[in-house]
Amino acid sequence: MTLESPSDVTSGDATMDIGHLLRDLAPQVLGAVARRHGDFADAEDAVQEALMSAAQQWPADGIPGNPRGWLYHVAMRRLTDQLRSEMARRRREDAVAVERFAEQALSAPTDPSGGDIDVEQDDTLALLFMCCHPALTPPSAITLTLRAVGGLTTAEIANAFLVPEATMAQRISRAKQSIKVSKIPFSLPTDAERAERMSAVLHVLYLIFNEGYTSSIGAELHRTDLSNEAIRLTRLLHALLPNDGEVVGLLALMLLTDARRAARTGANGELIPLDEQDRALWDRQLIDEGIALVEAALSKGSVGAYQLQAAIAAVHDEAAHVEDTDWPQILALYGLLERMTDNPMVTLNRAIAAAMVYGPDAGLEMLKPLDDDARLRGHYRLDAVRAHLLERAGEHERAIARYRAAAERTTSIPERDYLIAKAARLVHREPR
Amino acid sequence: MRYMLMMNAPRGTGEWQPASWSPEDFTAHMEYMHALNRELIASGERVIAEGLASPGQAKLVRAGKNGGPPVTDGVFPESKEFLAGFWIVDVESAERAYEIAAKASAAPGPGGKPLIIPIEVRQVLNAPAPADV
Repeated sequence: MTLESPSDVTSGDATMDIGHLLRDLAPQVLGAVARRHGDFADAEDAVQEALMSAAQQWPADGIPGNPRGWLYHVAMRRLTDQLRSEMARRRREDAVAVERFAEQALSAPTDPSGGDIDVEQDDTLALLFMCCHPALTPPSAITLTLRAVGGLTTAEIANAFLVPEATMAQRISRAKQSIKVSKIPFSLPTDAERAERMSAVLHVLYLIFNEGYTSSIGAELHRTDLSNEAIRLTRLLHALLPNDGEVVGLLALMLLTDARRAARTGANGELIPLDEQDRALWDRQLIDEGIALVEAALSKGSVGAYQLQAAIAAVHDEAAHVEDTDWPQILALYGLLERMTDNPMVTLNRAIAAAMVYGPDAGLEMLKPLDDDARLRGHYRLDAVRAHLLERAGEHERAIARYRAAAERTTSIPERDYLIAKAARLVHREPR
Repeated sequence: MRYMLMMNAPRGTGEWQPASWSPEDFTAHMEYMHALNRELIASGERVIAEGLASPGQAKLVRAGKNGGPPVTDGVFPESKEFLAGFWIVDVESAERAYEIAAKASAAPGPGGKPLIIPIEVRQVLNAPAPADV
C-alpha cells in the first residue's frame, strides 16, 4: 500500500509550515528506516537527527523536491556511518556480525536526491502498536508515541511535561531500552492479541489528550499543546483504520470535549464547571464534526466505551442552555457504560445524572456503595460529588465539610481552588 | 542569581483557611497571586512556581538504621508553620528577590487586608552542570 502524503503536492512551497510537514513525515520515514535497519532504537535516533537537520536547513534552502526521500536518505546515511565505525570496532570480535552489518550498510542507498521511498501504511500502525505496548509503563508509552509517531522533538516533549530537556532525553532512552529488553517487535499484533493491543493504543492517546486538557490553564499556555497532538494522532489512526468504531468514538470524544476548551477556564485559569460555562464560547465546528462521527459509529451497531462517552459528551454539547440538557438520556448512557466498564468513576457520574433526573437523594443513595470501593479510597472525586449533591439537597453544613475534604485531597490547583470557593460560597451564603 | 522563595503558612488559624473566607476575598487572593506569576513570567524571572498539597497528606521519611526499612511519619502536629508553596526566581540582585517576596507576602486575605505571609528567601547555590547522560 502506498500512502498519499501531503508532501507529494506541496514540494517547494516556501509558505508551507515545515514543522507540520516534518511531523507528518516522521512516522513514515521512521517506519521505512526501522523496517530496513531492524534496530528500532538506532533507527529512531537517526530519524530524529535527520528531522533536526531538516528543521535547520529547509527554512534557508527551501523544502527539497522529495522531502520524505531526503529525510530517509539522511537518516540511512547516519546509520551507515555508524555501522561503518561499528564494523571497524568489531572486525576481530564477530565475523558474522560484520557480514550482516556490511550487507545492510552497503545496500543502503545514500543519495539524498534519489527517488521516493516505499511507504508502507502499516508502518505507522506498527509503530503505534510498538510504542503503546502494554509492557511499557504509561509514561514511557506516552513519550515514545509523541516522539516516534508524533515527530515531536525531545525539547518539545520536555516542554509539554514541564521537565528539563535532559530529564526527558533520559526518559526516552530508557523507554527505548525497555523495548529492546522486552523484545517488543516492530510489527502488527496477531489477530489473537489485537483487541488488547488496540485498547492499549487508544488508552495512551486518551492519556495524552487528558494531560493536555487538564493542564490547559492560564500561566501554562505556552506548553506544547498535547490535546491538539492527541487529536492529530487519533485522526491519523482513524485515517488508517476508518472502520474501527472505537477509534471513531475516541476521536469524537476528544473533539466534543475540546470544543468546550475556551469556556472551561476563566481569566486566571480557574475552573468553570460545565453547568456554568458560557456556551457561546463552545466551538460549533468541532461539535458538529464530533456529533457526525459518533452518530455514524453508533449507526453501525458497534458500541464501545469510547463511543458511549462520546455520545454523552454529544448530549451535553447539543444543549444550547444547561436547562435543556437531556439528563434521562445521559443517565441511560452512563448505565450502559457502567455495565461495560465496571469503573467506579462511571458510577460517580451516573449518580450525578440520577440526581438531575430523580433528585439529589437518588444520587446520594447511589454513592453509598462506593464508600467501600478500594479503587476510590482517598480520591477527591467521591467527596466532591457528594458535596455537590448534599448542597443540592440543602444540607449545607455536610456539603461544606465534603467540599473541604475534597479540596484537601485533589492534586490539581484549579480543582482545589474551585472546591474551596464552593465551600466559601456556602459558608457565606445569605441569609446565614 | 537564583533565589528560592518559600511561602510558610501558619497552621490551623482561621485567617489562614481560605475555605472559610468569603468567595470575593478568595477570588481576590487568587487573582493577586496569578497576576504576580504572570508578572514574573513576563519579566523572565520565574524559573518555577509550585503550590504544595495540604500538610494533612504529608509524610516524613527517614531511612532506617543500617539500611533497614524507612520509617515514615506524619508531619509533627506541633510544628507551627508549613510550606504551602515556593518559587524559584532568577533575578539580577538579592534586592529584587526580596521585592518579589514582599509582593507575595502582601497578598490580600479576608476583607482585602494584606496577609503578610512570612516568605523565607534563600539563595540557590550554583553547582557544576551534571554530565550529559
